[in-house]
Amino acid sequence: MSGQAIVLVIGVVLIIAALVVFLLAVIMRLRTITKGLDVVIGNVGEILQKTAPVNEVVGSINSQLDAGVDLLEGLLVKKAGLPDAVGLVDGLYPGAAAAGFRSIPEAAAVVPPRIGEVYTKGTLTLARLGREAPIAAGNPAGFPLRDVESGSLQARLLYPEIRQSRPERMPRSPVIGTDSPEQYERRDDIGEPRKHMPGQSAGGAA
Amino acid sequence: MTALQWIGALAVLLVVFPIVVILLREVLAAVSSIVPSVRSLADVTAAASKDLDATALLLTTEDQVKQTVAGVAGYGGSLDTIIDDAE
Repeated sequence: MSGQAIVLVIGVVLIIAALVVFLLAVIMRLRTITKGLDVVIGNVGEILQKTAPVNEVVGSINSQLDAGVDLLEGLLVKKAGLPDAVGLVDGLYPGAAAAGFRSIPEAAAVVPPRIGEVYTKGTLTLARLGREAPIAAGNPAGFPLRDVESGSLQARLLYPEIRQSRPERMPRSPVIGTDSPEQYERRDDIGEPRKHMPGQSAGGAA
Repeated sequence: MTALQWIGALAVLLVVFPIVVILLREVLAAVSSIVPSVRSLADVTAAASKDLDATALLLTTEDQVKQTVAGVAGYGGSLDTIIDDAE
């Protein structure tokens, strides 16, 4: 065999050896990738399975909430009137009047009144809800009406604890009255005409 | 002729072989760079699947919303009775 042929054979053998080595390494990497993609496909399948009912459930929730919104908006408009309802909503959420009510498209065209104009009505409504509504009688904290006879304790507790609640018995002050230990004589001039009228000098030179 | 044969043999050994090796190394590097991406992708999808375990609670949320809206409707009915309508 000539020298050129030997060199050529060596070159071809080296090329084939390099192909084998590198292609085997590539095959190993591709197998690793395949295993990883199998895991990914399994996880994606789980995700699809878990998210399948989401559309239906969220749609149901949205329809329920839409019904609630329509109910509350309708009740608010019925009780307060459209302009005041828009004003109340705009007072609570500034700028919300521009969107109007969902079930009442003409609400978007209403110019919201100033919040001061609907404040009284809103306050009365809240007061009636808290104090007169029968449903509030079941409040576990007690009847919603404030105890007007002895309801000052909460206000007194706002101040330093000296004699609001304890000690319950302290010396009465001031000590006055017919049973006070210090009795004074009644002045004779009490009930008599005034010697000097208010606004006049002592010499009487008015 | 002999000189041409030598040139051809040396070209295979000194030019073709290095080019083949360089190309194969590039292919191996490109394939190897995919492996960590696939692993991180598997981790992310596993975490996403675990995060979605809470989607079953949407059924509870749906029931709660139904009950809440029903309560609001009942309360609204009471309010409708209690409070006077606007003029």
